[in-house]
Amino acid sequence: MNEMIALKNIQFHYDPGKTILNDLSLSVEKGSITAILGPNGTGKTTLLHTILGLLAPQSGEIWIAGKNISEYKRSELSQVMSLVPQSEVVPFNFNVIEYVLLGRTPQLGFLDMPSEHDIELVRETLEMLEVQHLEQRPVTELSGGEQQMVVLARALVQEPQVLLLDEPTSHLDLSNKGRLLKILQTLAQRGVTIVFSTHDPDAAAMIADHVILLKAGAVLDAGLIDQVLTSEKLTQTYGTEVKVLTIEGRLVTLLINGRFGEKEKVA
Amino acid sequence: MNSSRSLWAKQYQRILILAILLVIIVAASIFIGRYPQPFWMPLQVLIEDSMAQRLVWLLRLPRILTAALLGATLAVCGTVLQMIFRNPIVEPGFLGVSQGAAFGAAVAILWLGGGRLTIELSASLFALLGLAGSFILARTIKFGGWVLRLILSGIVVSALFSSGLGVLKYLADPLTQLQEITFWLLGGLWSVTWQDLLYVAPVVLVGLLIVYLMRWRLNVLALGQDTAFSLGAETTRERLVVLVAAVSATAVLTAVSGIVGWVGLIVPQIARQMFGPNGQFSVPGSMLIGAIFGVVSDNLARTLLAGEIPLGILTSFIGAMLFVVIINRSRIKLR
Repeated sequence: MNEMIALKNIQFHYDPGKTILNDLSLSVEKGSITAILGPNGTGKTTLLHTILGLLAPQSGEIWIAGKNISEYKRSELSQVMSLVPQSEVVPFNFNVIEYVLLGRTPQLGFLDMPSEHDIELVRETLEMLEVQHLEQRPVTELSGGEQQMVVLARALVQEPQVLLLDEPTSHLDLSNKGRLLKILQTLAQRGVTIVFSTHDPDAAAMIADHVILLKAGAVLDAGLIDQVLTSEKLTQTYGTEVKVLTIEGRLVTLLINGRFGEKEKVA
Repeated sequence: MNSSRSLWAKQYQRILILAILLVIIVAASIFIGRYPQPFWMPLQVLIEDSMAQRLVWLLRLPRILTAALLGATLAVCGTVLQMIFRNPIVEPGFLGVSQGAAFGAAVAILWLGGGRLTIELSASLFALLGLAGSFILARTIKFGGWVLRLILSGIVVSALFSSGLGVLKYLADPLTQLQEITFWLLGGLWSVTWQDLLYVAPVVLVGLLIVYLMRWRLNVLALGQDTAFSLGAETTRERLVVLVAAVSATAVLTAVSGIVGWVGLIVPQIARQMFGPNGQFSVPGSMLIGAIFGVVSDNLARTLLAGEIPLGILTSFIGAMLFVVIINRSRIKLR
C-alpha cells in the first residue's frame, strides 16, 4: 500500500468540551500534494500539529509510513517529517546558513556538530531555492518572501519524506507564491509527500492533487481536486457563496459578493 | 569539526585568541596584588620570598581560579537562559536563584552560627530550592507557554525570598549579623580558599561540561516550540537538563561569592556580538569572556584600594556601563 499518512477517528481538544478535531479520518498517498482547505480557526494548524506528533489526540490513531506514530522515537520521527510553521520567529540574528543548518539536527547525533557534508547540503538546498546569495544575511532582516524560502530550506535539509506546511503562501506576493508552489511541485515529483494548509482555494487549485475540506474540525469532504473543489462544496465550507470556474484548464474560485452585486476574486 | 573550519574560521580564531588571553591574564594575576607593594610583585620576590610563595599559593591562586570559574559560569548561565527563554535580557537572577541564595545565607548567619561552610551550604541549598520552587510553580500555573510560566514563577519565588530576606534583616542584630548579611549580599571572593574551590568545583565543572556538550542543541531549543519539536528535540526534558546544569553551577558559586550581578547579562551580549548567536561558539565564547571578566574584575577589587572593594559592586558598575555602550551601539531585538 502506498499510504504515507493515515488518521483514524481522531478526537482532539485543548479544553474538555471544546472539541477542535471531531472524529477526523483521512489518508494521504505517498508523493502526493494534499491541500487542507478551510476557513480561519477551523483546526487546520491543530491538524498539522497532530500529524506532526506535537499534539497528542485524546483518541484515535495516527499512522506514518505504515507505522503507528507512538512507535516512533522523537528523533526517528524528525527524520521522516518536517514542518514549515506559519510564522517562524527566530529570536536571535542567526545568519541564514547557520539557521538552515539547524535543519540537519535530526541527522546528527545528540551531541554532534554539523560537518562539512552538512554545510555542503545546506548550500545545495539554498541554491535549489535560488537564495544562495542570502547565505551570510541575518535571518531577522529578511523580507517575508526570502524568509519563507529560508524556512523551507531549513525544513528540506532534514531530508523529509513528508513535508508539512502551515499556510505557506499567506505572507507571499504573487511572484513568490508562484515560486514556492512550483518548488513544492518539484519536490512532490521527487517523491516527497506534501501536505499544506491554506485558506486560499486558488493556491490549492494551482498544485494540489488532493484536497481535504475542513469545517469545524471535521472533514467535510476529501478526494481528488476535481471532485472536491466544486462551487457547492466550497460554498458549504466557507459559509459564503463561492463559484468555481475552469479558466485555461485550471480551477479558479470566485467569491460572489451579494452586497455590491459584483464578482470579486478571492485573494 | 575540523572540516567545517572554512565557514567558521573567524570564530575558531577568536576562541583561540580569547583562550590564550585568558591564560596570560591568569598568569599575570598571580603577580598582581598589594604584596609586597601595591599592584605588582616582581618575579624575583616570588622566587626568593617564602611569604610571597605562601600568599600566592594559599590566597591568590584559589581566588583567581574561583574568579575565572565564577565569571565563566555566570556568563554561560546567562547565555543558556537567554537562549532558552528566547530573550536577550534575561540573567541568572531570574529563576529565584540569587534571592534564594541570599535568603539561605541570611538564615545561616542568623540561626546556624554563621560559619563559612554553613553559609555556603545553606546558600546553595536555598538557591537550588529557589530553582526547584520556580519549576514546581511553573508546572501548576495554567496560563501561557512554558517559558512565560517559568519567568512568572521565577518572579514570584524571588519576591517571596526577598521579602523573607527583609524579615531576616529586620530580625538580625544590627551590630553583627546585619553587617555580615549586607557584606555577603555585596558579593566578593576575599575569603576563598582551596577548600571552597574544591567544594564547588565538581558541580561547576559538570554543569559547564553539560552546557558545553549541548551547545548545538541550545540553538534548536531557542527556536519556537513547534519547530524545535519537528527537529526532534525533546524540548521540555532537554531544556530542563541544560537549565539545571547551568543554574546549579551558578547556585553553588553564588554561595561562595555572594551576589555578583550583571556578568550574566552583559557577557552573553558581548559573546553574541563577537561570535553570532550560534551556541557552538557563543557558549565557549561566553565562558572565556566571562572568565576574563571575572579575573580582571576581581583583580581590580583586591588591588585598587588598600581595603577590598566588593566584587559585586565592581561588576555592577562595569557591567552597567558596558550595557549602556552596547545597547546604544547594537541592535538588540526585543519581540
